[in-house]
Amino acid sequence: MLKKSRLMAIAVLCLAALIVLAGCGGGKQAPDNKARQLSGNVTAVGSTAIQPLAEQAATQFMAKNPGVKVVVQGGGSGVGLTQVAQGAADIGNSDIFAEEKSGIDAAQLVDHQVAVVGMAAVINPAIKIDNLTRQQLVDIFTGKITNWSGVGGADQKIVLVNRPKASGTRATFKKYALGGAEEANGIEEDSSGTVRKIIKETPGAIGYLALSYLDNSVKAVSLDGVAPTKDNIVTGKYPVWAYMHCYTKEKPSGAVDAFLNYMMSDDVQKNIVPQLGYIPGTDMKIVRDASGNIKNK
Amino acid sequence: MNLLYKALNLSGSEKLGRILTTGAAAIAIISTITIVFFISSKGLSTFLVNGVSVKDFLFSTHWLPDRLPEEGGPQVGVLVFIFGSLTVSLLAVLLSAPLSVACAVFIAEIAPNWGQRVLQPAIEILAGIPSVVYGYIGLSVLVPFIRNNIGGLGFSVLAGFLVLSVMILPTIVSISTDTLRALPGEWKEAAYALGATRWQAIRMVLLPAARSGIMTGIVLGLARAFGEALAVQMVIGNTRKIPGSILDPVITLTSAITMDMGNTPMGSLWNNSLWSMGLLLLIMSFFFIVMIRFIALKGGAAR
Repeated sequence: MLKKSRLMAIAVLCLAALIVLAGCGGGKQAPDNKARQLSGNVTAVGSTAIQPLAEQAATQFMAKNPGVKVVVQGGGSGVGLTQVAQGAADIGNSDIFAEEKSGIDAAQLVDHQVAVVGMAAVINPAIKIDNLTRQQLVDIFTGKITNWSGVGGADQKIVLVNRPKASGTRATFKKYALGGAEEANGIEEDSSGTVRKIIKETPGAIGYLALSYLDNSVKAVSLDGVAPTKDNIVTGKYPVWAYMHCYTKEKPSGAVDAFLNYMMSDDVQKNIVPQLGYIPGTDMKIVRDASGNIKNK
Repeated sequence: MNLLYKALNLSGSEKLGRILTTGAAAIAIISTITIVFFISSKGLSTFLVNGVSVKDFLFSTHWLPDRLPEEGGPQVGVLVFIFGSLTVSLLAVLLSAPLSVACAVFIAEIAPNWGQRVLQPAIEILAGIPSVVYGYIGLSVLVPFIRNNIGGLGFSVLAGFLVLSVMILPTIVSISTDTLRALPGEWKEAAYALGATRWQAIRMVLLPAARSGIMTGIVLGLARAFGEALAVQMVIGNTRKIPGSILDPVITLTSAITMDMGNTPMGSLWNNSLWSMGLLLLIMSFFFIVMIRFIALKGGAAR
């Protein structure tokens, strides 16, 4: 009897805990600007490409401003844009312009470009090729050329490794490296890490990666003789790169504004950004708009 | 604990027990209903809001959700994904079912002591391994093995159903074992009395008698295989094309959903059609449950 009653009490407690926990999820504190010390909550949701940058910046920002809590979540660019447009998140991270995603009302969003990331065609290191012309690249990715001998390599089948269609990296690569040509079907992986692993291990594999994911296990190829380096990107010689956007709904204020300012400060731009393999937005000598028009700064 | 219990003045309360159990049951029912409602409302909007016809959705192989209207898009045909899901899970069950039933016979009949002490825990451990670990093993061991020894890229239907068949093994084994154990002992004894050998008794008396339970296990295994996403996605290569052989890469409904869900904005046709795929998976699992009920009903009547 005693045992039974204990069990019952535990069950009551569990149920109570459940209800209390369930109650916690709903409430989100509004940023409080009244106090002189900065305080409030900032949620940043979206692109996994920006996530490491935002997380490191958030950690340092919170160390400097103990009253502010910054939460960074992944989920993907689409999730980020949707959430910020709905007001569910303070900052929506995206690696493509909001104008490029259908179903998002870009007019009500404010763009903050925090960094630039380059992307390169990447091949298995055993392939003896260092440069591809744009036409060769298009022919390979559209499935017109299916053997490396077609572009001056060994007699070996080409294996395409794509990111999913909805991925920002794929969208950028398609737009600026392939001139909008539709890629043929190939292996698809939803994480850049897996793409790198597959290219490294599969003979004859070609794919594309953000420069922040490059290491010695794979080989990045030049496009029309231009290597995918920082210098070539900032001067506009190498065209395949994307902005990393932090979108807010309307003009940011309070803690959100302070965090975005911190992202643009030298602390982040001169240290975290280059460490992670990105290019500081302030270093760019050119600007590009949502339709791809390039202007000198 | 006891003090709290007394403080709340709950001792001997019949009502409390009733409230607790009814509350738990209500939570289960409400979550089922809300989930079904949510998936349906999202999934149906592909057809109701975006005006895609059900026929095009189910039977077209053209998956071009990002194509502009001027170029003939967007098109959301998911036949390739359905085909991939069916192929991989049916092949997994074809391989796993005979193996599992043999294991169950071994545990329940051939070596009850040893089987129960060693084999059953071993199979239970298989059931407890997280699917991402299965996928990682598949990606690191199975895929290179297939590429180097059998051919192709390694990312293939073959790798997918091999991983799945190990994953659904515990489900089929444990249900089959339970069914075999639950059979009345007299049946086996009667078979022996008629002069049957052990193998004859198993083959002609026990297995037919346990048929409905074994079928339930197999259908549950099929349902698990159909719904598995992560492990399969890591080894099948996810190529949006109907495979020509078992060494070709393939894509399933579940992996097609996980690939695109994060990067498509809520409410767009692209996102809605992912929900429609989810609805399709839900309908399939309803179908599997109805099938299990039907088998159980038939099995019960036969006895």
